Amino acid sequence: MPASLRELRQRRNSVTATQKITRAMELIAASRIIKADRAARAALPYTSLLNRAVATVAGSAVDHPLTTEVDSPRRAAVVLFTSDRGLAGAYSSNAIKVSLQLTERLRQQGCEVVPYVVGNKGIGYLKFRKVELAGQWHGISDTPTYEDATDIADTLVQKFLTDVADGGVDEIYCVYTRMKSMLVQEPRVRRVLPIEVVEEGGNTPANAAAIDQEGSGLQFDFEPDAESVLDTLLSLYVRNRIWFYLLESAASQLASQQRAMKSATDNAQQLIERLTREANQARQAEITQEISEIVGGAGALADLAKEE
Amino acid sequence: MADAMRIDVVAANRLVWEGDGVNVIVRTTEGDIGILPGHEPVLAALVPCVATIVTPDGKQEVFALDGGFVLVAGNRVSLLAQYATRSAEVSLEEARKNVSELERIIDTGDATVDQVHRLHLAQAQVKAAQMTAGADYGH
Repeated sequence: MPASLRELRQRRNSVTATQKITRAMELIAASRIIKADRAARAALPYTSLLNRAVATVAGSAVDHPLTTEVDSPRRAAVVLFTSDRGLAGAYSSNAIKVSLQLTERLRQQGCEVVPYVVGNKGIGYLKFRKVELAGQWHGISDTPTYEDATDIADTLVQKFLTDVADGGVDEIYCVYTRMKSMLVQEPRVRRVLPIEVVEEGGNTPANAAAIDQEGSGLQFDFEPDAESVLDTLLSLYVRNRIWFYLLESAASQLASQQRAMKSATDNAQQLIERLTREANQARQAEITQEISEIVGGAGALADLAKEE
Repeated sequence: MADAMRIDVVAANRLVWEGDGVNVIVRTTEGDIGILPGHEPVLAALVPCVATIVTPDGKQEVFALDGGFVLVAGNRVSLLAQYATRSAEVSLEEARKNVSELERIIDTGDATVDQVHRLHLAQAQVKAAQMTAGADYGH
C-alpha cells in the first residue's frame, strides 16, 4: 500500500483548504481589477488634454531644460515598477528582467545607472544583490494615488535638473508593465526625461486628428508667455506620465494575480481529484485485505476442526 | 450671441464636469479673464482660484481649481488642474477646517509645496461654497 488511508485524507483536506484560499484571492483580484481599470480610464481625459496642450506649445518651438537632449549621456536613472506582494505569477520578475537588460545595455554604452524602485519585490531583489538604490517607494503598488505620482515625479525631475557632476542624471527611463488585455501584460521601457514631445503616448488616432484640426491651424495666445506656460505644463506632464505608469502597473499586477490564482485553484482541483481516487483505492484495498484475512482465518479454523 | 461653448473641467484622476456654457471666468497668472463664445485661441496658466461657469439657462457652476491651465480652441474650453472640485461636492465646514489646519502648518514654516497648494484649494472651496450659499439665499 503506497500511503495509509489516514495520510491521504489528511493531504486532501490540506489541499482543499489551500484551494479555498487561492479561490478567494482570485475573486478579490477580479473585483479589484475592475476598480483599477476604472481609475485608469478616469485619468484618460486629463492625459489627452495635457498632451494636446503640450503639443500646442511645442508647436511654437520653445527650448526647455526638460526637453533638451544630451549627445552622450553619462548617467541615467532607471525607475522600476514592481508589486509589493508575491502570488502574482511572473509579474514582478518579468519587469525586473527587462530592467536588468536595460541596465546592461546602458552600461555598455558607457552610462552609469542609478536605480529607483517602486514595490517591495523589486526592492528586495536588488537589495539582496547589494545594489544600492537611489530611491524606493512601497505600499502604493495596489492602489496608487496622484500624490504618490507627484512625489515620485518631483524626485525624478529634481535629479534630472541637477548637474551630472553633482550626482544628477542625463536621462530617466521607466520600466512598467503595460496592460494589453486581461490575458496579456508586457513589461515596457519608456524614456520619461528628456521629454520627447513628438511622442503622444496614450493617444488614439482620433485624438491626434483632433489636435490637427483644432491645434495646428490656430494661432494661440499664451499667458503669461510660451516659456512659463511650457515650464508648468512639462512638470505636470512628467507627473502625469508617472501617474499613468503607476495605474497601468497596478492593473497589470492585479490581472496577473488573478491569472496566477486561477491556475493555482485549477491545479488544486486536479490534485484533490487524484488524492480522492488514491484514498478510495486505499480504502478498497484495506477492505479487501480484511476480507481475505477473515476468510483465511476461517479456513484455518475449519482445517483444524477437520484434523481433530 | 454665438452658440454656447463646450466646456470640460478635468482633474488628474477624473473628469469633474462637462457641459455647455456661455461664460467662463477664471483667474490666470495675469488676472481674471472672462471667456465668451467665439474667444480667440488661448492657452493660459491659472493660479489657484475659483472658476465660475455660466450655463445657457443662467445658472452658475462653481469649481475650486488648484492652478492648472485653461485651453480655448475653437468653441471648446478646457479647464485642466491637478485637483479640481465642484463646489456642490464640498462641505463648507470641512474646507474651513482644512484652511485653519493648513494655515497653522504653513505658519510653522516647513510646509511643502503640496501643502501650500492644498491651502489654496481649500480657500477656493470656501469661497466657492459661500458663493453658492449666497446665491441660494438670494432666491
